[in-house]
Amino acid sequence: MSDLILDVRGLHKSFRLSAKQQKIEKTKQKVKVAVNDLSFTAHRGEIFGLLGPNGAGKTTTLRMLATLIRPDAGDALVDGASIVKEPERVRERIGFLTSELKLEDCFTPNYLYDFFSHLHQVPAEVRGVRKQALFSRFGIDRFAEVKVADLSTGMKQKVSLVISIVHDPDIIIFDEPTNGLDVITAKVVTDFLQELRGRGKTVLVSTHIFSLVEKLCDRVGVIIDGAMALCGTLDEVCQGKSLEDRFFDLYVERMGEDA
Amino acid sequence: MKGGMLTIFRKELARFFGDKRTALATILLPGLLIFAVYTFMGSALSSQFSVDEDFVPAVQAVNLPGSVSALAGQAGLDIQPAQDVEAAKALIQEEELDLLAVFPPDFDGQVAGYDVTSGAPAPAVELYYNSASVNSSAAYAQMAALLEGYETSLSNKFDVNPGDGTTYDLATQADTAGTLMSSMMPMLLMIFLFSGCMAAAPESIAGEKERGTIATLLITPLRRRDLALGKICALSIIALLSGLSSTIGTLLSMPTLMQMEGGVGAAYTPVHYLALCLIILSTVLFIVACISLISAFARTIKEAQTYVTPLMILAMVVGVTAMFGGGASPHLWAYFIPFYNSVQAMAGLFALELNWTHLLLTVGCNLAYTALGVWGLTRMFNSEKVMFQR
Repeated sequence: MSDLILDVRGLHKSFRLSAKQQKIEKTKQKVKVAVNDLSFTAHRGEIFGLLGPNGAGKTTTLRMLATLIRPDAGDALVDGASIVKEPERVRERIGFLTSELKLEDCFTPNYLYDFFSHLHQVPAEVRGVRKQALFSRFGIDRFAEVKVADLSTGMKQKVSLVISIVHDPDIIIFDEPTNGLDVITAKVVTDFLQELRGRGKTVLVSTHIFSLVEKLCDRVGVIIDGAMALCGTLDEVCQGKSLEDRFFDLYVERMGEDA
Repeated sequence: MKGGMLTIFRKELARFFGDKRTALATILLPGLLIFAVYTFMGSALSSQFSVDEDFVPAVQAVNLPGSVSALAGQAGLDIQPAQDVEAAKALIQEEELDLLAVFPPDFDGQVAGYDVTSGAPAPAVELYYNSASVNSSAAYAQMAALLEGYETSLSNKFDVNPGDGTTYDLATQADTAGTLMSSMMPMLLMIFLFSGCMAAAPESIAGEKERGTIATLLITPLRRRDLALGKICALSIIALLSGLSSTIGTLLSMPTLMQMEGGVGAAYTPVHYLALCLIILSTVLFIVACISLISAFARTIKEAQTYVTPLMILAMVVGVTAMFGGGASPHLWAYFIPFYNSVQAMAGLFALELNWTHLLLTVGCNLAYTALGVWGLTRMFNSEKVMFQR
């Protein structure tokens, strides 16, 4: 397909467990497989959701796509750039946002916006226009010169979001986009993701919230225990049931009596 | 991408100077503290080992002979006869009395009749004093000098350095200052530079890891090498400023501390200062690279500081080597060893023995080691194990 923008092929990632982690996980295995042969694709102008319980490997997958960690095997092409061979080109093409990515408390949103624009080599005149648009879109303009430390949690999240897209990337990867946000801020964020889709951007979100997927996503991949259980459009996955019911069917199928 | 390095460099400086309190505490405070403490130490030391100008020691004597009494009178010593030897000793212990001199009976007669070649023990004078009392020590020194002068005057065959206005110590003031500076300054500078680096580097690298802000940088197209270089350059400038403030504080307090007339810097030419700047700059880059590597490995600022402490002690111990061994090492290999090369090159420089081979070797090695550090730091920024371990 010509509008294919993200092509994930057989991603594999395992972590070495320390003795302490082995005790917590109640396992004798030294290696934990976090992501096991995961493949999916995403297209321009769609919101793709990775749905799965905690510990299913969603975050690990997104971190591999954002080139923060390397896959043990497999590869993914982000707008034609390989996450294994050309991590720098990938980073130019994506905006990545998770709650792990913090902003330095002592700077103002204004300074940080310029700083990250420099790192993304955004031309100065483009930067100014974009900053004004984004700051007024999220109501940051009133707080532009307030240190991040003094901002509310919601405002911090909005600033993080704005800063992750200073370079107007074609792919936005968003780990748990509404976690820890109040309903109003959450609505601002989901509205914005839909707006990005309207502008032809691709949005990849991970979540464990069914309603978010139903409301937002065009296509969904259900990840259980590091592997893709099912992937397709929302209708294909649900097969007439509610997403929640479908998910638990799949979960019992995969995990057997452990579930 | 040169721009990336410059952006990081500017951000690090903006971050440091944006926090006025930390910036002042790191840069101004060390210099001020060192100046205050050293000046205080200097004046305290000098007042401790000198007696008041109008001090007249309280001296008692047993069997005071006429000859000594006359000499003492000329020297302005007032000697009272002692009533009881044991009582006088007790008074000295209590610091009520400064000195007790016990002469044998008929001292003058015994001295006149004593034949040096006879091999018999010479007539002895016993001086009791209390070394814990400054006044008593001064009285002892005065009395001993007086008696020695008397002894010399009895059989004066020749004199050594009789005085009368001639200066016999031909060392110039520059030499004296140079020897002093070359034994002290390398160690002090190492400590100052190291503390400057300690104040900035763990905060900037381990701190970014701890606060989770480094990942935000790592997902931008910024090259890891630019990140490493930008940080090391900015941190070096902060460390240099802090080291500079401590050094100025030391140099200003040096005359008081060492009881030296005038400044200590007068002997050095601009070339010396330029050479010193080169050594210091290369050393700071190297130290910052070391601490940055350790900080990148550590998970928290505290952990980083714990790991760096042994290195700081090592640098201090190496700094002490400048105090021994009589000047800079003549061996070429010494200038390949990190820390030691800087200390030795500085020792030579302060002693006014500028050796360009040693100097360039030191600077070159330090820069090479720093480049190695940048390479290592780049690799660590690339390593998910190092950056994201919990």
